[in-house]
Amino acid sequence: MPIEVLMPALSPTMESGKLAKWLKAEGDKVKSGDVIAEIETDKATMEVEAVDEGVLGKILIKDGTEDVAVNTPIAIILEEGEDASAAAAPAPKAKADKADKDEEPAAEERAEENAPPDAPEKGPGPDVAPSAVATPPKPVIEPDPEVPEGTEMVKLTVREALRDAMAEEMRRDGDIFLMGEEVAEYQGAYKVSQGLLDEFGAKRVIDTPITEHGFTGVGVGAALAGLKPIVEFMTWNFAMQAMDQIINSAAKTLYMSGGQMGCPIVFRGPNGAAARVAAQHSQDFTAWYSQVPGLKVIAPYTAADFKGLLKAAIRDPNPIIFLENEILYGQHFEVPKLDDFVLPIGKARIARSGSDVTIVSFSIGMSYALKAAEELAGQGIDAEVIDLRTIRPMDIETVIESVKKTNRCVTVEEGWPQSGVGSEIVAQLMEKAFDHLDAPVLRVTGKDVPMPYAANLEKLALPSVAEVIEAVKAVTYRG
Amino acid sequence: MAAAAKAKNAKVPTEPGVSNSIAAFSKDEEVAAFRDMLNIRRFEEKAGQLYGMGLIGGFCHLYIGQEAVVVGMTMAQKDGDQLVTSYRDHGHMLAAGMDPKGVMAELTGRSGGYSRGKGGSMHMFSREKNFFGGHGIVGAQVSIGTGLAFANKYKENGQVAVTYFGDGAANQGQVYESFNMAKLWKLPVIYVVENNRYGMGTSYTRASSTTDFSQRGRSFDIPGEQVDGMDVRAVRSAAERAFEHARTEGPYILEMQTYRYRGHSMSDPAKYRSKEEVQKMRDEHDPIEQVRKRLLENKWAEEDDLNKIDKDIRAVVNAAAEFATNDPEPDPSELWTDVYV
Ligand SMILES: Cc1ncc(C[n+]2csc(CCOP(=O)(O)OP(=O)(O)O)c2C)c(N)n1
Ligand SMILES: [Mg+2]
Repeated sequence: MPIEVLMPALSPTMESGKLAKWLKAEGDKVKSGDVIAEIETDKATMEVEAVDEGVLGKILIKDGTEDVAVNTPIAIILEEGEDASAAAAPAPKAKADKADKDEEPAAEERAEENAPPDAPEKGPGPDVAPSAVATPPKPVIEPDPEVPEGTEMVKLTVREALRDAMAEEMRRDGDIFLMGEEVAEYQGAYKVSQGLLDEFGAKRVIDTPITEHGFTGVGVGAALAGLKPIVEFMTWNFAMQAMDQIINSAAKTLYMSGGQMGCPIVFRGPNGAAARVAAQHSQDFTAWYSQVPGLKVIAPYTAADFKGLLKAAIRDPNPIIFLENEILYGQHFEVPKLDDFVLPIGKARIARSGSDVTIVSFSIGMSYALKAAEELAGQGIDAEVIDLRTIRPMDIETVIESVKKTNRCVTVEEGWPQSGVGSEIVAQLMEKAFDHLDAPVLRVTGKDVPMPYAANLEKLALPSVAEVIEAVKAVTYRG
Repeated sequence: MAAAAKAKNAKVPTEPGVSNSIAAFSKDEEVAAFRDMLNIRRFEEKAGQLYGMGLIGGFCHLYIGQEAVVVGMTMAQKDGDQLVTSYRDHGHMLAAGMDPKGVMAELTGRSGGYSRGKGGSMHMFSREKNFFGGHGIVGAQVSIGTGLAFANKYKENGQVAVTYFGDGAANQGQVYESFNMAKLWKLPVIYVVENNRYGMGTSYTRASSTTDFSQRGRSFDIPGEQVDGMDVRAVRSAAERAFEHARTEGPYILEMQTYRYRGHSMSDPAKYRSKEEVQKMRDEHDPIEQVRKRLLENKWAEEDDLNKIDKDIRAVVNAAAEFATNDPEPDPSELWTDVYV
């Protein structure tokens, strides 16, 4: 069989090059490894080696030809005794060969196949979405479980709710372990792991050295091997040391392994500003993580949500970013006393229903939102307050449903404005609910500066109830 | 005497446990060390008091017990040498010659503070005094200090970057990445591991697989020595060897064996160690008491002279506290300044 020699690519981006020089002539014997030609691009000169044995039967592209496309046949190698005429019309054949091998359908066909039967309908606005190659499948998320009538409610702090969630899950499953700085003997830098060492022992509640990048990688490895680590960051500020392992290893490995290698891990700890701990210890990372496919990002507000969602996070087979808040740790909320209270990841909660404006927030942002709603009620403005609870996947449908009713929206978060969670909500509302909006959506955020230490400046840097009220008045055209 | 000791120790010890001779102090040196260490102690006591009064917020990490380390190091340092450390930084700033008023006012978040109230206890800087911070993230200053040394070599200015970090920080990965570059490029840097036996609530023996931090540079062929960090003379002698080596050869590691008397920060009840342990350190190894005793024994000072020094220091510290209490908060417009140049 005659063998075609194809124009090689020198680099992943090369599309064509110059066939500079033939080093063998027609009729010459070649064996694999022989340099038969030189090709040039604007970047380099490279030698073309024969990979087959035989005789250089025919040169198809002459010396000095410019712009020879990659994969163009440039010569034909014949086996001993073969005739050059055996190599008639080689080019089309090569193409046919290639098509034969390619069993996968073209991208558009694939997209059709994978599109879920219940793909969401387009919003009422103009069709501005880029023509999609594929529509991501939409997970079906169950609503919150019914809390049976007459269930006893107990007042718990967020701190206790988190501890209980971990303890309950650790009792259920021996593969779950907790590690982090000061989690064991010190009972947690913020006392969230109080009592866990006593109950589960040093094998499952592990003090690490101060080596975030290292122990995060250790956690990821353990998760890939089938364990279910809960990795506590003393605060999320220190997880920046471990960013590479969180994003490049935990979030992407399932995808890169074609679905083989899941990473069931929970990263948790306090996020955002505490009080007077200044720039390096006061950052809200919600928007950062919410950008990363492969991660789920949870940032609850109430103790019940913290408990139900942490239990769900520990059971979830994906890497979870679980964002707590130091200021919320000591706050009390009612939590249903149930044996197994688990909440759905990816479902927002309507914390207060109203008809005049939708305020969307999460985590400690909810305290500004709820206080503002209360004050606004006194001024005759009836606000609906939505607690996103999960930031990724984001339950934008619940927000849209609300906006259809109120036609106005304000977002509240402590993080920075640019590319924040609020920005994402605004963009989604533009795409999916534009016709329902009677005013531009406004964002109330932390100020666009590192957190200052001075008490007066810190107050100014954070969002405030007054700012939420002001934004609501602006979108409702009052005041 | 000091010169002789230096010459004898020209050979750099790389073996663990090698004991290095300690040059005695002259009268003036003893008095200076006493004053500088007491200055830090009194300042820190006052800071603790202001914290208790709610004038200082957030985290506040006191240096009480560790004074001999930074004072002894500074005695061997030359003008222009730089200093970088962690959040436990008040002592280093005072040793670098920064104004106690400016430091205290930063602790209270006032406009007269070194960072105009925007940095706080953990994040303070002075270009004038070659103090490069004040870093809140454990281990970060180690690479930064290595970068300061890189600049020294680049500029051929003969200066050394003194890089302080804790026993806990010694386990961060970037410490070893820095060691490798420092040796590879022969950078003029001294790594001072302040082993105060705890990283927060964790004893160094529970966090470190090997606990001789002076030997942590072995795979990079960086010499190091363990030093009694409670004895300011031992610190100064070791520092002289380290500076000599850093200026001519490259990186050097000093493990300062020291102790912090207070909790990790103001909110740490320090239940992970016994009261007796702390008391024993105070009674038997206190860096300031050691100097006081020598001064009195040598009849270089009377009790009254030392009390006078203490009184003068208290006056300075009280003035700093006074300033830091009455200085105004930064102007609200400061919120938006300094984000970009
Ligand atoms: C990267 C990072 N992780 C965790 C912390 C929280 N933290 C602050 S100080 C500290 C202990 C450090 O101990 P050590 O290095 O021995 O210094 P020391 O406080 O004893 O001076 C920890 C864990 C932090 N600031 N940065
Ligand atoms: Mg320490």
